[in-house]
Amino acid sequence: MSTRGFFGRKRPEGEAGRTPPGQYLTKDFPVLSAGPTPHVPLDRWSFTLEHGGKLLGKWSWEEFLALPRTKVTVDIHCVTKWSKLDTVWEGVSFDKLLAAAKIEAPGTHVMAWCDGGYTTNVPVADLAGGKGMVAFRYGDAPLDPVHGGPARLLVPHLYFWKSAKWVRGLRFLDQDEPGFWEMNGYHMYADPWREQRYTGDP
Amino acid sequence: MALNTGTIAGNWAAWQAAEIVAARVETAQVKTLTLRPQTWRSFRAGQHLDVRLTAPDGYQAQRSYSIASAPEQEGTLDLTIELMADGEVSPYFHEVAQAGDRIEVRGPIGGPFTWTAGQGGPLLLVAGGSGIVPLMAMLRHRANAAPSAQATLLYSSRGWDEVIYREELERRAGDEPQLRVLHTLTRSQPAGWQGFSRRVDDAMLGETLVTLAGVPLCYVCGPSPFVEAVAEGLVAQGVPPERVRTERFGPSGA
Repeated sequence: MSTRGFFGRKRPEGEAGRTPPGQYLTKDFPVLSAGPTPHVPLDRWSFTLEHGGKLLGKWSWEEFLALPRTKVTVDIHCVTKWSKLDTVWEGVSFDKLLAAAKIEAPGTHVMAWCDGGYTTNVPVADLAGGKGMVAFRYGDAPLDPVHGGPARLLVPHLYFWKSAKWVRGLRFLDQDEPGFWEMNGYHMYADPWREQRYTGDP
Repeated sequence: MALNTGTIAGNWAAWQAAEIVAARVETAQVKTLTLRPQTWRSFRAGQHLDVRLTAPDGYQAQRSYSIASAPEQEGTLDLTIELMADGEVSPYFHEVAQAGDRIEVRGPIGGPFTWTAGQGGPLLLVAGGSGIVPLMAMLRHRANAAPSAQATLLYSSRGWDEVIYREELERRAGDEPQLRVLHTLTRSQPAGWQGFSRRVDDAMLGETLVTLAGVPLCYVCGPSPFVEAVAEGLVAQGVPPERVRTERFGPSGA
């Protein structure tokens, strides 16, 4: 069904194929969050890995910064329809976290949990192999609190709510479970290229 | 913090046709369109609708717009849309769309930024500019379903002519004993203006909070820096963070 009188904006050359269906490109970095921005002092910040109530790894802020770092340039896609190309992030990859904790991933999924009460579920397969990281620098600066600082999960090939802001740990799960937005009608997996925005989407 | 939706069921995520049945000018930059979807689903005040437009070459653009009408307005939905400079979709609604046109919609969508009568009061709504839209749905729903719930709206606009739903807000403030409406006009004020005339700050939030008995449930909607400042200000005034819900209109809402 074509909409009478709607023609759309000219799409720039060179960006074709990088914008998933239903998305538009922005140069800004819009902010979305369900509540006030939490502010946890860095001396009280920690990052943990857990499975079934058992602690598998824990790092203070200073210890976390000393872990091997990864820098990536990626496109990000928000379910609210904006996409942003060539964003630069630095942090600790999921693979390096497991290596630092000297473990293999003990479950099939993780529940990322955050300051402010937010959670989101991600399959281990979508974090391993260089696909996911815990990022603490954006551009060439520390990650701003409104964008999830001091640290956020970064899983750029899924809609950006999976890249949980203010992340404090990963709980390994033996099966998939819904997180905050997933319990509120949003898709369990969230592939932007398949337009998996909401629960009912294929 | 798990907020289950309850009302979201069935194929609410499927696209469906909706006919534009009316268009109304709110301000120079803001219009309200009344849509009649093929299948009307009830919703919670604060939820939004996804809208999809299709160009002749098959290109599709989507945007999310908050629902402005109350769920008691069965059969139709109002979307209030601000014209964005360099926008792709909002100019269509402002310059092209007219009664009888058809677009595609899906929804309702959105969980935490909703209020239903059962949640009761007191309710503090803080709006910046077109951030009033989902809060207006809450005020309309409140008037229909929970008129005894105490509520205060603090609404920041640049000038008096940019106040969206101005006449309705004035009428409601006069007619509804449990509703207070406070305006702040940040750029220009009419002669004899009695309201606030500065950006929302902690002192203003304090003066607003004292209009309500008890710690309110707070909903803040507007541009991102506005929401950030108000949410932090409310927490600084002693409101627990879990009582503050936010929704932001990014600078590139288009």
